[in-house]
Amino acid sequence: MNRLRAWFLAPTWATVIALFLAPLAIILGYSFLTRGVYGGIALPWTVESYQRLIDPIYLAILWRSFWVAGASTSLCLLLGFPLALFISRAGRHKNFYLGLVMLPFWTSFLVRTYAWMFLLRDTGLLNTILEKLGLIHSPLPLLYNDGAVILGLVYGYLPFTVLPLYATLERLDRTLLEAAADLGARPWATLARVTIPLSAPGIRAGAILVFIPCLGAYLTPDLLGGGKSVMIGNLIQNQFTTARDWPFGSAVSLVLMAIVMLLLFVIARGEGEGLL
Amino acid sequence: MECVLELRDVSKHYPSHHAVNGVSLSLARGEFFSLLGPSGCGKTTTLRLVGGFEEPTHGEIRLNGSSIQHLKPYQRNVSTVFQNYALFPHLTVRDNVEFGLRRRAGNHIGSRVRDVLDLVQLAGKESRRPAQLSGGERQRVALARSLVLEPDVLLLDEPLSALDPNLRKQVRAELKAIQRRVGITFLFVTHDQEEALSLSDRLGVMNKGRLEQLGTPEEIYLQPSTRFVASFLGAVNWIGDVGVRPEAMRIAREPARNGHRSRPATIVHSTFLGNCVHVDTRLSDGEPAVVEISRLGETFAPGEAVHLWWEPADELRFE
Repeated sequence: MNRLRAWFLAPTWATVIALFLAPLAIILGYSFLTRGVYGGIALPWTVESYQRLIDPIYLAILWRSFWVAGASTSLCLLLGFPLALFISRAGRHKNFYLGLVMLPFWTSFLVRTYAWMFLLRDTGLLNTILEKLGLIHSPLPLLYNDGAVILGLVYGYLPFTVLPLYATLERLDRTLLEAAADLGARPWATLARVTIPLSAPGIRAGAILVFIPCLGAYLTPDLLGGGKSVMIGNLIQNQFTTARDWPFGSAVSLVLMAIVMLLLFVIARGEGEGLL
Repeated sequence: MECVLELRDVSKHYPSHHAVNGVSLSLARGEFFSLLGPSGCGKTTTLRLVGGFEEPTHGEIRLNGSSIQHLKPYQRNVSTVFQNYALFPHLTVRDNVEFGLRRRAGNHIGSRVRDVLDLVQLAGKESRRPAQLSGGERQRVALARSLVLEPDVLLLDEPLSALDPNLRKQVRAELKAIQRRVGITFLFVTHDQEEALSLSDRLGVMNKGRLEQLGTPEEIYLQPSTRFVASFLGAVNWIGDVGVRPEAMRIAREPARNGHRSRPATIVHSTFLGNCVHVDTRLSDGEPAVVEISRLGETFAPGEAVHLWWEPADELRFE
């Protein structure tokens, strides 16, 4: 029986080991090595990569990544909640609206991000229209700043907040809303005192699903931030490409991962104690 | 009697059906009034119209003399105990009870909440969440949450149906006692005739969106105005156009004398029910009739030829 069980679990284990644990072990190993002259790695073993991380330049990038990811997550929740609420009450049109939310996934994220560049750049659609209308005389700096990065991240990850929020709002017992109204609560009070507290699991799931990929994002800051708004994802990418410092790139990756795991752990603890 | 709630020719029509059709009734202050009827008869819709969750297609609803049919639920001084109780799962017992008090005068909240929790015997369970309570306790939280607001009318939507049968009778007695103590008008919706008869000062029987009869439990049971009312409240044997309740019949071995009526019948089967015996019989014209007799009296064997007796006064007649 146990042999059979082992055989059936073997593909899963093989996948986890080959695609997750082994790469992680390699990264862990690299992070304690010295950089090679033309990239790659070399001996001796050292913790230098980790020591370099304390440099204010890198801490600033880390801080900016948290700030951008936090702002993007908040905006996603702020925009996603009313949308999810609307869809959950749209009756028989629900599936149509959910389809619209998912529609962007049919196009490559890269292509969609390029599309934003065409919209936002100095000679882009928005600036051209505003200039033709005579509202502005020189192009607005819409691209290559934190705002553009946040816009791109919110655009890209909004569906990931809408879907879990929709799932919890959909399951919300409507009689609870009637009970709140019955007890004298006006619609806004019902929203604040019943709907939002009871959709906490969806808010939490949506926040995690957006915050983590935003924290590690590199494509969006690269294209829309134009190298001025560097995030930790760009730093990592840079170490493995132009900077040719694999050990440092590995160390940054692991530190980012550790921070994310710690955050998830704290959230899970809070959830268990009913704090969140 | 002072009239607190009045429904004047109230109707609620949906595209597919008429849920409530021309219902008129008025409730006296402090009265325990039940709406009784089978599922889909419009009793719950009537309650929701009073609560403000539906707007009537036609007619007027008056509370203390002023029209309320266009007011939102939060603008009406009525409160509902929902069938599934609709307690807020993220709030404690105390927070559930305080929910509706938040907008009102602050100082007395604490003592009012304590009083009402004492009333429903939930003192000591203030910090529990609904998930940690039994069915009966949840029902009492729902009751307390509404009672603490001192509504003009308390609306109860089958509040006992979610409880198991043993508990139901006990809770029924408690509910009646609480209503007597607080003196709040109760509008109680149920499909259970025993509940309606035992709890109500007056009741209304609904069928297919219409109010078929209004009256005290005695009036409705003893003088039902329609065949529907007669058969919905208790069993009826139909002998031609005349109905006779099983407990108003007797079984004898000879035909009736001195003013009684009787019909020949054959015993089919006896069912021992503990406190009484139900005897299934077949009348000479082939129609079935059930007779409720004492377990202490005579016994009858299947196939035995007998006579069913009743008094003319016990006959239920309809046009």
